[in-house]
Amino acid sequence: MGAEQSPKIVIVDDSPIRAAILKEGLREAGYTDVVHISEMQSLLARIYAFDPDIILIDLENPSRDVLEQMFQVSRAVRRPVAMFVDQSDAASIQASVDAGVSAYIVDGFRKERIRPVLDLCVSRFNAFAKLQDELDRTKSALEERKVIERAKGILMKLKGLTEDEAYVLLRSTAMREKKKIGEIAQSILTASELLK
Amino acid sequence: MSTPLHIGFIPLVDAAALIVAVDKGFATAEGLDVTLVREVSWSNVRDKLNIGLFDAAHLLAPVAIASSLGLGHVKVPIVAPFNLGLNGNAITVSPALHAAILSEVEGDPFDPMATAQALSRVVAARRRSGAEPLTFGMTFPFSTHNYQLRFWMAAGGVDPDEDVRLVVLPPPYMVDSLANGHVDAFCVGAPWNSVAVDLGVGHILHFVSEILARAAEKVLAIRQNWSEKNPQTVAALIRATHRAAEFIADPQNRAEAAHILAQPERIGVDADVIQRTLSGRLKILPDGTVRESERYWLVGTEGAARPEPVQAAWLYAQMVRWGQAAFSPDALRTAMAMFRPDLYDAAIGRPAQPASVFGDVGAFAGPAFDAGDIAGYLAAFKIGYRKS
Repeated sequence: MGAEQSPKIVIVDDSPIRAAILKEGLREAGYTDVVHISEMQSLLARIYAFDPDIILIDLENPSRDVLEQMFQVSRAVRRPVAMFVDQSDAASIQASVDAGVSAYIVDGFRKERIRPVLDLCVSRFNAFAKLQDELDRTKSALEERKVIERAKGILMKLKGLTEDEAYVLLRSTAMREKKKIGEIAQSILTASELLK
Repeated sequence: MSTPLHIGFIPLVDAAALIVAVDKGFATAEGLDVTLVREVSWSNVRDKLNIGLFDAAHLLAPVAIASSLGLGHVKVPIVAPFNLGLNGNAITVSPALHAAILSEVEGDPFDPMATAQALSRVVAARRRSGAEPLTFGMTFPFSTHNYQLRFWMAAGGVDPDEDVRLVVLPPPYMVDSLANGHVDAFCVGAPWNSVAVDLGVGHILHFVSEILARAAEKVLAIRQNWSEKNPQTVAALIRATHRAAEFIADPQNRAEAAHILAQPERIGVDADVIQRTLSGRLKILPDGTVRESERYWLVGTEGAARPEPVQAAWLYAQMVRWGQAAFSPDALRTAMAMFRPDLYDAAIGRPAQPASVFGDVGAFAGPAFDAGDIAGYLAAFKIGYRKS
């Protein structure tokens, strides 16, 4: 960043974990003046009070439309804010939309200075999405295991099978019907509910 | 083989023609395989349409115009070959503001001129007593809601930039913001006005059809260059949404349409509330008072689906009036040319007709709108335009 002062950055994000991950990444890269806003009620007032150079907002946040009001010429606005995106930047727009984040810069802030911030933002958002994804998959794997255990129990009781035999039956049925073993187990659970 | 399309929408009743076209199979019948993508902000819809993640979108007509003109954002030419509806918004006020307006109103409380003048007296009284200015919520800087609120209050002598505060609020936050006093009133589309009335936190003061008889609201927005490369697909999409609009307009289908729209992955509110909107019979007060207007929201009737360039011209004139755009004849031509009645007529197999066949916008105040003399039209208003 050379002799230039570290830009003031606002992160607008409902997710405190993602915001913390991003803030940490920015801090490591030398951006120290970073504020996270999660309260949407007085969003504009808080942004004006902090007077940032850059605003980062997640795309799942409906308050993105509120930010757009800042570009309007109005007495309430001290410094007009310009959207970072312009025609020459199709690739970075695509990358940030894919990652689920959008960036705004205040007029007068040099555009090339936003690049490293946005790149960092995109990589942290992607890292967070990957984590979230892994968590979701772990959760659903755990759920599936529970369902299979219960289905095995039902088969053992109704058909007098051992645990291994019950599992083999589930697996061979799944293969024959080209379904996941969890789906077969779930349908056994549903059927046994109905037949109660 | 069917053509895959991704189309973005915001969960509002005026996305109905698009949603019904997909969920009733009208799009499939036209050889289209449409994936509807629900979005949380107009900024997202606009950006995803701009960069090609969406092939088409349910979009605020003024955002489509602003995008074509490069106002406030990157310039991406858009075409609007189909109006998803006319009107459909309402102005809802807090019970306290409603009482204040009613105590000042002279004449018919359903006459927007009478209420706007009453609002002006309320504003003056608040100023004298040192109270905070009233705050009005609307959905986007480039929105019909913004212009309709401004047009209405300015007719009564209230300067929307000086006398009150106008703030952008995402539609799902409107009702909460009214309930907790963050705003005193708002202008928004269905179902949010009805939701506020049902919760007892808002009174519907006006349907916007009382302010403008024919206001383009949301359009089917498509990137111009994509539209030029895929004329058959665009025509198929127009036919599918047109068929859906006619389906929704038939009173016999309203319950079914409301049920389709109410699904959680579509609009996700009670089918009853949606059906009230579709039939133009709205509960306006928590005590159960109902108002009915056939013009509340026009879809599939009175030529509502045909995108008339005069409507785009009126919206552009509002951008000029409120300082969002400097007037230029080129910009006016661009705005009018992005509304494409020619594509609409050709797709549904109607002989080509003149650009605007369904008449004026029908504003309740000011001179008749003349797209040929916007400066003259705007000069007739005491508030706005000259300041910019």
